[in-house]
Amino acid sequence: MSSIDLKHVARLARLHFSEEELKFFQTQVAQILSFVEKLNEVKGLENVPPTSHPFSLSDVFREDEAKPSLALEEFLKKSPQSKGRFFQVPKIIEDKT
Amino acid sequence: MNQDLSRLTAAQLSELYRKNACSQKEALDSVEKNILVRDRDPRHIHAYVPDRPRCPIHRKADKASPLWGVPIAVKDNICVEGLETTCSSKILKNFIAPYHATVIEKLLDAGAVVYGQTNMDEFAFGSSCETSCYGPTRNPRDPERVPGGSSGGSAAAVADHTAFAALGSDTGGSIRQPAAFCGVVGIKPTYGRVSRYGLIAFASSLDQIGPITKDVRDSALVLGAIAGHDPKDSTSADVPVPNYTAFLGKSIKGKKVGVLSDGELKGLDPAVRGAAKEEAQKVMERLGAQVVEISLPNMKHSVSVYYIVAPSEASSNLARFDGVRFGHRSKEARSLLEMFEKSRGEGFGAEAKRRIILGTYSLSSGYYDAYYLKAMKVRTLIKRDFDEAFKKVDAIMLPTAPSAAFRVGEKTQDPLQMYLSDIFTISANLAGVPAISLPCGFDETRTGKPLPIGLQFLGRPFQEEVLFQTAYAYEQETGFHKKIGNVS
Amino acid sequence: MSAKYLTTIGLEVHVQLATKTKIFCGCAVEFGSAPNKNVCPVCLGLPGSLPVLNREVFRLGLKAVLALGGEPSALVKFDRKNYFYPDLPKGYQISQFDHPLGRGGVIEIPSGGATKKVRLNRLHLEEDAGKLLHDQLPDSSVVDLNRAGTPLAEIVSEPDLESPEEAYEYLASLKSILRAVGVSECDMEKGQLRCDANVSVRKNVSDALGKRVEIKNLNSFKAVKAAIEHEVTRQSAALEKGEVLTQETRLWDDDRQKTFVMRSKEEAHDYRYFPEPDLVPFSVKKEEIAATRAALPELPKAKGERFMAQYGLSAYDVQILNSEKEEADFFEACVKRYPHPKTLANWMTGPVAAYLNAKSVEFGSLGLKEEWLIGMAELVESGAISFQAAKEKLFPEVVEQKKSPRDVMKEKGLEQVSDIKQLEGWIAEIILANPKVVADFKTGKDSAAMFLVGQVMKKSQGKANPIKVKELMSQKLARV
Repeated sequence: MSSIDLKHVARLARLHFSEEELKFFQTQVAQILSFVEKLNEVKGLENVPPTSHPFSLSDVFREDEAKPSLALEEFLKKSPQSKGRFFQVPKIIEDKT
Repeated sequence: MNQDLSRLTAAQLSELYRKNACSQKEALDSVEKNILVRDRDPRHIHAYVPDRPRCPIHRKADKASPLWGVPIAVKDNICVEGLETTCSSKILKNFIAPYHATVIEKLLDAGAVVYGQTNMDEFAFGSSCETSCYGPTRNPRDPERVPGGSSGGSAAAVADHTAFAALGSDTGGSIRQPAAFCGVVGIKPTYGRVSRYGLIAFASSLDQIGPITKDVRDSALVLGAIAGHDPKDSTSADVPVPNYTAFLGKSIKGKKVGVLSDGELKGLDPAVRGAAKEEAQKVMERLGAQVVEISLPNMKHSVSVYYIVAPSEASSNLARFDGVRFGHRSKEARSLLEMFEKSRGEGFGAEAKRRIILGTYSLSSGYYDAYYLKAMKVRTLIKRDFDEAFKKVDAIMLPTAPSAAFRVGEKTQDPLQMYLSDIFTISANLAGVPAISLPCGFDETRTGKPLPIGLQFLGRPFQEEVLFQTAYAYEQETGFHKKIGNVS
Repeated sequence: MSAKYLTTIGLEVHVQLATKTKIFCGCAVEFGSAPNKNVCPVCLGLPGSLPVLNREVFRLGLKAVLALGGEPSALVKFDRKNYFYPDLPKGYQISQFDHPLGRGGVIEIPSGGATKKVRLNRLHLEEDAGKLLHDQLPDSSVVDLNRAGTPLAEIVSEPDLESPEEAYEYLASLKSILRAVGVSECDMEKGQLRCDANVSVRKNVSDALGKRVEIKNLNSFKAVKAAIEHEVTRQSAALEKGEVLTQETRLWDDDRQKTFVMRSKEEAHDYRYFPEPDLVPFSVKKEEIAATRAALPELPKAKGERFMAQYGLSAYDVQILNSEKEEADFFEACVKRYPHPKTLANWMTGPVAAYLNAKSVEFGSLGLKEEWLIGMAELVESGAISFQAAKEKLFPEVVEQKKSPRDVMKEKGLEQVSDIKQLEGWIAEIILANPKVVADFKTGKDSAAMFLVGQVMKKSQGKANPIKVKELMSQKLARV
């Protein structure tokens, strides 16, 4: 069974897990990964291109014309925390800039 | 009006409207009455999101439109302006959609009445409707059993006559499998046939919205109304929408229908084998179609491919649920990191977390080639199998699921078992081809109630009319659409 | 100190493309709007929203690639760059990873009297994030998403730059090219151009490249130069002491003129790039490349070469004139009406340049009219005013008062005196008053004549026509 650094992945995904949950998920995720690793049995993939889209659509554009914006007042009323026209978040000491 | 309107199909209701034989209010009242009966029922089918107000939404439209006045329920992952839309997840509590999904605009323009939001697996992650934060939906056929998922609520509502028709979404079978388990008709259109704008995304390269209906005619009617190019969705196809209902009733004599060998259909329940393979083949032959054995050699990898690709895309699509602008924010958030981790930790259920972890891992540094890239390459092989098959046949026929509906709680402890039951539906999403499921029999070997079995037809891209033609012929020959359950 | 060490610099520049609307939605791109005014479900990252590429973004991006001498990719696609931050609504940025819009290209810069070719690595398109503000409220930070979704072109240079001066020139050249083709105004104050610098030092050419430090929070070209200077000094000093440097990200503090390590130890980001499934790929057709190339306006380099050939200007002249498109265009418009290019060039490189430097403004902000410049040149030519007086007194007044030179000259009484009788009178007075200097002149000291001319200028309060004075003075002295 593959073992993964669940704590690291959880941090990447910004998901909080209790110790109990970590144990619970560790086993299940390992099981699933073992299963999907069966794909390693598929040979001859060197020249097979990956499929991102089932059909070869390309070159879809929109014109550079302004459209009405969202009236934010209603939306802000239901936001977890807002002040004036801003969304509010915990104070950040340093910008990632 | 003596007739119980709720038992009608959308087409039949439309017929009554044309004759001025009933009013919109009467139609709405008939389904609402059934919903209330269910609410009082200790078996709690829960097709609809509990405690969510239902108000009919409609606009002025051409009365001659075939969907005019028809109430249609909508899965809780499709944005309806002004309504709380949550994907049956705590993390979207209080998210009021500020816009209509394109399919909703189209339904309203066609005169339909959007009425009611149906329960689903959280974020469409699931095949049983058991991961909803509101509690499971149960199968109207047998409330001890699941209705299938993730569009379990939509399928249950239609099968239970608490909706004339409903919209669902399908990423790996989430329209077709619940349709099969509940004994109704569900179609996953070709990828790009229906706009995804306003569908809260699960896996962007696999998702499609489609109708769940009581019969094939209704399916053709509703798809005809919601299909079409949308400039707001870059992946929507600019292909004209045929008049699907014009194909109903056409003979399928001479059409070539592909079936898989026993070797490629492993794990079939005997009842499913009987109805969806042996019997179905006989019906096709009676209808004059030519049954041809074909091979989809890479279908056996489809579950592995899907459970890498879909969670990968989902892990990214769900990153926007961060507690900043909408939805749930943890009360314990004292720092930025805590805001993210605790809000998401509290808001997402176990299956959602599992998929996010799987997806994040597959895309992470050092693993991308081994998982995501590899899966995308095998996806190409799966698609090529279909391209080859459709050179030989006009449609492919196979069971929708390896068994009929399982019990509530039966597979929740073993996610892998749950995933494996998607084996027959997933390939169509990976290849982008359209697929319809309709009832083909019952499993009467279980305790008590006969459980519906579903049959799929898969078709060439953007040729849903062939599916409707074939499915209609099958349906008329076998009459299973008349055996949808009763509200009691 | 830093002369001992070799410097290697690479610059990453983000340029805002000059479109009316954002890259993936129809919200307006506007600087200085009320917070969260130009937002919609797409740029707010609301559930169910989807991106659609702005055609003008693609067009301008392609123009930029070609103007910079790059090669457009045949297949262009977008990728998701995944990370969490409150100013990133979707939790990922739509950018380009392995199929950028263009690769390669070259920017020529003046360096040590010659030109140096700085190679470009790539140009790719991406969306901007919103803004996080920390000073609006005491106990929280706030998010404004007006900027989220603004179209950006990220231009990455190869590490070919070798000094802070070269970095400055690179930015100036890049800006002039992009402005010339109308891709972006590149105004750093309006956030239309942002720059991060990667700096390392090493002792010998044969050494491996040193540990690279990334510097962020650079808000002007001057800051870029100063920050790199500071970094080179800091790194060199550390290495001299035998310290080991780490690859890190530092922020520039413009007030204190130094860099400092970001306090929170920045985890190495795992961006988990994968192809953006909500967008389709884009192709760049050969016809489109040819048409775009053909339609490119004259680039600064070509313009400079043409000016030298057509107008007989020097490389120095051209360097100044070409620094801004408006300047070069203005110059040419003036030449068309007053075909004395060298004279006009002297004006541009002399009084105009001096004024711009002194006031730290750009040419475009002067509001200088062609007829005014031509007018001043004509007044000097005709002898109505000396060049010196025009440069020091007339020009600033014309620009600040926004009046024609003739009007200003009359108002301020700046006409120079060319009347022979008046001049001869002054000359006679000066000669009388300086017998010793006259005697010096007679013994062969030519500088004495200059002194006497200077005295006449002083006596006339600068108004005497210096050329005439010189002439008459020589005549007078010859007869004394």
